[in-house]
Amino acid sequence: MANLNINIGKLQLKNPVLTASGTFGYGTEYSDFMDISRIGGIIVKGTTLRERQGNPYPRMAETPSGMLNAVGLQNKGIDYFINNIYPTVKDVDTNLIVNVSGSTIEDYIITAEKLNDLNRIPGIELNISCPNVKEGGMAFGTSCLSAAEVVKCVRRAYKNDLMVKLSPNVTDISEIARAVEAEGADSVSLINTLLGMAIDSEKRRPILSTITGGLSGPAVKPIALRMVWQVAQAVKIPVIGLGGIMNAADAIEFILAGASGIQIGTANFIDPTVSIKVIDGINDYLDRHGFKSITDIIGALE
Amino acid sequence: MLDLIVKKNEALNNQYSLLILTSPEKLPDMLPGQFVEVRVDNSPSTFLRRPISINYIDYEKNELWLLIQIVGDGTRKMCELKEGEILNLLIPLGNSFSLPENKAFKLLLVGGGVGIAPLLFMGSYLKERGYSCSFLLGGRSKDNLLQLCEFERFGDVYTTTEDGSHGERGFVTQHSLLNGSNFDLIYTCGPTPMMKAVASYATKTGTNCEVSLENTMACGIGSCLCCVTDTTEGHLCVCTEGPVFNITKLKWQI
Repeated sequence: MANLNINIGKLQLKNPVLTASGTFGYGTEYSDFMDISRIGGIIVKGTTLRERQGNPYPRMAETPSGMLNAVGLQNKGIDYFINNIYPTVKDVDTNLIVNVSGSTIEDYIITAEKLNDLNRIPGIELNISCPNVKEGGMAFGTSCLSAAEVVKCVRRAYKNDLMVKLSPNVTDISEIARAVEAEGADSVSLINTLLGMAIDSEKRRPILSTITGGLSGPAVKPIALRMVWQVAQAVKIPVIGLGGIMNAADAIEFILAGASGIQIGTANFIDPTVSIKVIDGINDYLDRHGFKSITDIIGALE
Repeated sequence: MLDLIVKKNEALNNQYSLLILTSPEKLPDMLPGQFVEVRVDNSPSTFLRRPISINYIDYEKNELWLLIQIVGDGTRKMCELKEGEILNLLIPLGNSFSLPENKAFKLLLVGGGVGIAPLLFMGSYLKERGYSCSFLLGGRSKDNLLQLCEFERFGDVYTTTEDGSHGERGFVTQHSLLNGSNFDLIYTCGPTPMMKAVASYATKTGTNCEVSLENTMACGIGSCLCCVTDTTEGHLCVCTEGPVFNITKLKWQI
């Protein structure tokens, strides 16, 4: 049994496997299927200052080896989370991380401040990369200046772990990573979805109500892997890799590319228990190759 | 999550198959209106699970019936499954049709195309509990009217076809049964234009009506928020808050 414990920024994880925001609800949706406390961390659904209804249906299109979504951050707002959801999830023995999004810097700041005092929330994931909202989201994450500005302001307002989720819809993701590192991010997670589109040729119409949406699943994995490798070389803070991870072998690839942790997203929709299988598979891999600890293989490409 | 065994896969015609699944274990309890998410395989074109209505449960034989219409690669592969093959399902999912308050209620179950699937289970469920119901089933032609003999076990069956090859010619909402008959409760499942026409009839006649929606979905358990429908309570997941909704809750333009 290898040691899977890993510290990422200010987070102490029992293993490097987290579930990605928007793909695992608040965790409790999955407790019928497995012991969710075995997961290293659960990143709960993107949360905004005020309630958002999200985009109109249709919001999803299946694509070769992946899917497009345009949910648009549907959530009931931070106060509802604190008052109604937090009490039901706070006793799960894992790291509960809240994904925070906003339309303005002020929104991000107020939302993050409200999370400061929840003692069972050890960190937030700052979402500056959602491609499915008109204002905010990806707009902050696609230029170094605006990414730096929002991270600087939230860093001042939020005392616990600050993970920043990066957009792949940029020319050079390393630049953005360096910019948010300089403003005090504890770690970066990447990649959010890639902007894509699907068309119904019979109806001669786009499938998504928003025309474009975010692509995820195995289709994006090679891009995600390349970006994680690039960013891991560019920054000193830890990198959390995600994008199309379906099994332990995929997860190991990201860790070898330099990720200290990984997130599982779209795969949760196909196998609700996949995160447990990935944890067990990483352990088997370490044993099989004679490594004592997960830290032995981070960035260990030969 | 459950692995079930294909007991029989019967082609009903070149568009539809009846897939009968079983298990060495007793099948879990299921309610009419609920659905399953089927893992087809892991090929690029059938990446996500396929949501399929529960067509019928035979508790004595421990059988789960799924009525499959070939629409794309996923459903085509399901129709090609051989006896003895294993299929992974999330089961059962979603809410169910509600039981009528009164055993004397006149009940009508209206279905179109593959949307008839959950109505067979509902019909059997109602009959077992001492309710009586009628079925009004529609299709483009007689080839799209399926399982008529099965439906007849649980109530009177009325049909419409657009080409007049079976029953009355036209759409279900044009059937003479709806002139003058007063139903207390209508359950419907089928193509959205059909369900909207039924909902419109129900609204005009002041009849209570439940519809079963078939929005495209990913997870099936309320986490991805892809399958939402607009309701008086905002966007709700069809997979967990539905698939059955009372029409008074839906923001349909009818």
